[in-house]
Amino acid sequence: MAAQIELQGIERVFHLGDSVVHALAGVDLRIEAGEYISVMGPSGSGKSTLLNVLGLLDRPDAGHYLLEGRDVTTLSADEQAQVRSQRIGFVFQSFHLVPRLTAAENIALPMVLAGLPPRERDARVRQALDGFGLAERADHRPDQLSGGQRQRVAIARATVMRPALLLADEPTGNLDRASGGEVVRLLEQLNADGVTLLVVTHDPALGARARRCLRMEDGAIRRDERQQAASHAHG
Amino acid sequence: MRTADLLAFAVGAARGNRVRTVLLMLAMAIGVAAVVTLTALGDGARRYVVREFSAIGSNLVIVLPGRTETGGINPGSFVSSTPRDLTVDDAQALLRAPAVQRVAPLVVGTAELSVAGKLREGVVIGTTAEFIEVRQLRMAQGQFLPREDWNRGSMVMVIGATLRAELFGNEAALGRFVRVGDRRFRVIGVLAPTGSGLGMNSDELALVPVSLAQAMFNTDTLFRIFVEARSREAIEPAKRQVTQIIQQRHDGEQDVTVITQDAMLATFDRLIGTLTLGVAGIAAISLAVAGILVMNVMLVSVAQRRSEIGLLKALGASGGTIRLAFLAEAALLSSAGALFGYALGLAGAALIRALYPVFPAYPPDWAVLAGLGTALFTGLLFGVLPARSAARLDPVTALARR
Repeated sequence: MAAQIELQGIERVFHLGDSVVHALAGVDLRIEAGEYISVMGPSGSGKSTLLNVLGLLDRPDAGHYLLEGRDVTTLSADEQAQVRSQRIGFVFQSFHLVPRLTAAENIALPMVLAGLPPRERDARVRQALDGFGLAERADHRPDQLSGGQRQRVAIARATVMRPALLLADEPTGNLDRASGGEVVRLLEQLNADGVTLLVVTHDPALGARARRCLRMEDGAIRRDERQQAASHAHG
Repeated sequence: MRTADLLAFAVGAARGNRVRTVLLMLAMAIGVAAVVTLTALGDGARRYVVREFSAIGSNLVIVLPGRTETGGINPGSFVSSTPRDLTVDDAQALLRAPAVQRVAPLVVGTAELSVAGKLREGVVIGTTAEFIEVRQLRMAQGQFLPREDWNRGSMVMVIGATLRAELFGNEAALGRFVRVGDRRFRVIGVLAPTGSGLGMNSDELALVPVSLAQAMFNTDTLFRIFVEARSREAIEPAKRQVTQIIQQRHDGEQDVTVITQDAMLATFDRLIGTLTLGVAGIAAISLAVAGILVMNVMLVSVAQRRSEIGLLKALGASGGTIRLAFLAEAALLSSAGALFGYALGLAGAALIRALYPVFPAYPPDWAVLAGLGTALFTGLLFGVLPARSAARLDPVTALARR
């Protein structure tokens, strides 16, 4: 069976003035459906670039990216947007909620962009609000929510289109310990329900929770460790 | 993205930054209001002139002796070059035309008028009782020339207001005698002052019966025949019939020129219409300025909302969707501003009408449509560039910045 994600020799080069930075230098990676992966490493090691490439926000300069067996590197920008809309969810460190929209409207945003009919949107938003414990906050704007609530809204928004892949960039970076733990439990619950989860983090405790830990340095994956319980994830 | 959602999103974005939205709409509104008000002024001026012109008697058809050649040379040009006289009998014959209401023949000359030794050079007009109605003049004192046989006039005179003051000063004029050459005319009326009209100041005229003026100036020919058509619609038929009757009477030769006051009016109409268009053009420049403002404000908005745009892209919005969202916002702001400006312009026009009731300052329909259309068009046109820059934004860098 083909892997959900297959990266072959991915290169990403940035030109900063005269110097050339290899953010990704020949990355090969296979990810099976339903895996729980953490990506760690020092700043500038290419973690975020890897996340952006996986999320189709950034195009690699060389190599191939097969998502569910399809080479997505050659797709047009609009086709990539379509793939992002249907298959990929993002969770950001700074939440990135639209300040003028209520919690419910923020959660509905991906469905609005995808052109789903309002009836179905309303049903899914209500389901998400209930499922993430936000039912009473539906009409609150982001500035009326706590950090943990904001990130829960953001996770609800990332999963409302039922993506196969959830990409989280420092999801607990802006949260206190308690709400951070809550957010992690939520993400892991989603992973347990079958979503592939990839978390980029500086936090060793969070990184250690994943069943598979990638360690990046200088744009390459230096270590790829599977934890004790990880055996079922590798087919 | 569904159209309703797109509009709702644009409205939400517009309401998200009220100061920006209000400023933008204000700029658009002032542009449209300028177009509406200025064209209302221009068109008001046109209507004003047309109305004033109509007051002189716009159903007027004027017959001049001699043919003004406009159609090149015709066979008649070789047969005779001197036109036949336009006579009092010609004028009387015109009354047969069904479209004609009144006819007033006109003889003009200058003569020396004297009253008790005071001399003054003056314009003497020989005409008939109908003149006062055809030219729509009014009497200040006494009465106008009596209705009588056009070929046998009584020795009476009607004088204009200025002439009365110059000849008689503060004394009463009615019943006094004015000597012209070897004839003495009794003053039976004074015209109310009117100012000028059709290049002839009626305040300085002395009017006498047409036959006497002809005898005085030793001529058989008329200077003009003023014909009043029965109605505005009858002007063209009257013109045709007059031409035909004169042609019959002049052995089949067209040796008169017939002009209508409407022809002059049309010239004025065109002139002021062009002026209004020019003023509207100047006002349209303010719309273009508003358009550029729309562009600047939208560009700033794109810069301010970079992370939102990046997020929308991450959530699966295509470049086209984002372009559409920003265009919808620009169009929405422009049209709202334009409608607001339209109301403002109407209020401005109403204010002008309130201040100057004689001035019919209503904006013409074409200006309203053009103003609103230009506003929308410039709004969209200048919205394209910001929308494109938003759509092209790289999501990675857009999201990285806070």
